[in-house]
Amino acid sequence: MDDVSFDVEDGKFFSILGPSGCGKTTLLRMIAGFIRQDEGTILFNGEDMSAVPPNRRPVNLVFQNLALFPMMDVFENVAFGLRRRGEKDAAVTRKVHDMLGRVGLPDAGKKRIGQLSGGQKQRIAIARCLVLDPAVLLLDEPLGALDAKLREHMKVELKTLQANVGTTFVYITHDQSEAMVMSDTVAVMNRGAFEQTGSPQELYHRPRSSFVAQFVGNNNRFSVTPARDEKGLVRGRYAGRFDFLLDAAGCDLGEGDPCELFVRPEAMVIEPEGGAERFNRMAVQVRAVLFDGGNSRLLVTPEGTDDEIVVMLPQTGLYDHIRAGDRITVGWNPDLSLCFAGNGGVLCDGR
Amino acid sequence: MGGRGRLHLGFLFFFLPVALWLLLLIVLPHLELLRLSFTSSRPGGFTLGNYMAFFSEPIYWLTFVRTALYSILVTFLVMAIALPVAFYITKVARVRAGGLLMALILVPFWVSELIRVYGWIILLRESGVINRLFTALGLFSQPVELLYNDVAMILGLVYTSMLFMVVPIVGVMDALDDALIEAAYDLGASKTAIWRTIIIPHCMPGMVSGGIIVFMLALGSYLTPNLMGGKNSLWFTEQIYNQIILYFNWNQGAAFGFLLLLLSSLIIWIALRITGQNLGEVVK
Repeated sequence: MDDVSFDVEDGKFFSILGPSGCGKTTLLRMIAGFIRQDEGTILFNGEDMSAVPPNRRPVNLVFQNLALFPMMDVFENVAFGLRRRGEKDAAVTRKVHDMLGRVGLPDAGKKRIGQLSGGQKQRIAIARCLVLDPAVLLLDEPLGALDAKLREHMKVELKTLQANVGTTFVYITHDQSEAMVMSDTVAVMNRGAFEQTGSPQELYHRPRSSFVAQFVGNNNRFSVTPARDEKGLVRGRYAGRFDFLLDAAGCDLGEGDPCELFVRPEAMVIEPEGGAERFNRMAVQVRAVLFDGGNSRLLVTPEGTDDEIVVMLPQTGLYDHIRAGDRITVGWNPDLSLCFAGNGGVLCDGR
Repeated sequence: MGGRGRLHLGFLFFFLPVALWLLLLIVLPHLELLRLSFTSSRPGGFTLGNYMAFFSEPIYWLTFVRTALYSILVTFLVMAIALPVAFYITKVARVRAGGLLMALILVPFWVSELIRVYGWIILLRESGVINRLFTALGLFSQPVELLYNDVAMILGLVYTSMLFMVVPIVGVMDALDDALIEAAYDLGASKTAIWRTIIIPHCMPGMVSGGIIVFMLALGSYLTPNLMGGKNSLWFTEQIYNQIILYFNWNQGAAFGFLLLLLSSLIIWIALRITGQNLGEVVK
């Protein structure tokens, strides 16, 4: 890990998004105090935490596997931290019941951990930390173990819970959808450093590196070689046969250096109407139709290449006639594409 | 039907040796001892006298109480040493070094108990290694007899039974998720609170099964108390030995044997009730 610096505003939902092995968990464990950083400081409300052991830090961690105590019932799990602080029985009982109510499990106190469902365990693990009223709640991919449907549900629930309690959440995940849906701010992490920090919208619309462009949302990547045409416009040559107008604004492109062009599947248009002068288009062959309701896509191969390009299907049913093997034209508005010089962003786990 | 018959034969093949073992070496001798224990040593019929002697003669029941209390003490001492040892093996040393440490604990048990006790005797006796070293260093002005007292005896018993506590505790502690310890630490628990609320409750089944083994071993131990204990460190097994071998009073010895069995079972039952464990789970 090197040179990671960030501020989290009070009461916000902050996510750290990165592929596995990029250092997210290490960073989180540093904040929690399990790992001592070699240099630099961690401040909570302006106080240096470097010498403070985990049991004295005003942060609590929701573990990846939740780490609920199976030797205690739900009530004792939630009461654990309060009892360690030496709070009076009456206060403990009141706070625990209050917290169980807030996470929507008011009657779960007597249950054993083994009797809870996945989603309930999740809520108890969060309740166990929130009852201590921490300055920051750290969450280490807590939705990873849940099945897809429950995960969708818990995303919304976590977001609502955070808004209700107003505690600062620092959430780490490798799932870009979790990060985007829940967070106020997302930091994209790669190989031990932050690539970009911003709101989900910023990361999606204005990624600052090829890594972020690939990791946040879906993207099609084309390797192109830029060159200036006779009108002075920068065009990228792709696969030796297509010339794409590059939206060079903001990108410092040297002529002849290879670059990466990114076009989101949702920016792709099937059979673009003629007339649009500044519009990129290419002939492709449909490899497969991936029908998935509102998330239906075409898998296409540009003529003369083996690359696979994903094209979002509009919801209208207009292109229901397209079958695998058909030859069609797809295109996009160059303003909706992005270009990065070089081959900068290699995903550290090849995802 | 054929399959069933084969299964039946296979079952018998494995069951028969066990059954014979139990019947010939355990059940039959015990039945004979039971009969002896209710028979008078002088020619005569049924009597409760052998059992009554235990309660009416203070030396007998006091020896038993002493033996039981010391065995309980040994059990707790062994537990207190085995817990941190097992923690170090499973959570600190981890896989490779942990295996080596387990081997180091096992190796002394390849040697017979007698040899191990003699090892202690060589160390502790008046002309032993420790005495020579300490007098040479000037810590002792003259050699001191370190053997033949209760402390030496307890030391020997703790050493002899260590393995039987470490192994079951390592077994359960291995299954303890490190995240639970970290979670407790993160939620504000001190090191002692983590031991009290997380590690010990988790290890309870292993501690109780180890405890039963160590308690029974200590209670039924003959060699160590005899060789390392003093003249006043009488152990209940020695009473049985004395009755049978010295006084040829098999009837009295048999009664003592049964009392030892009954009273130790009673103590274990009480211990299980107190710790809230049940035997089926502990044996698993």
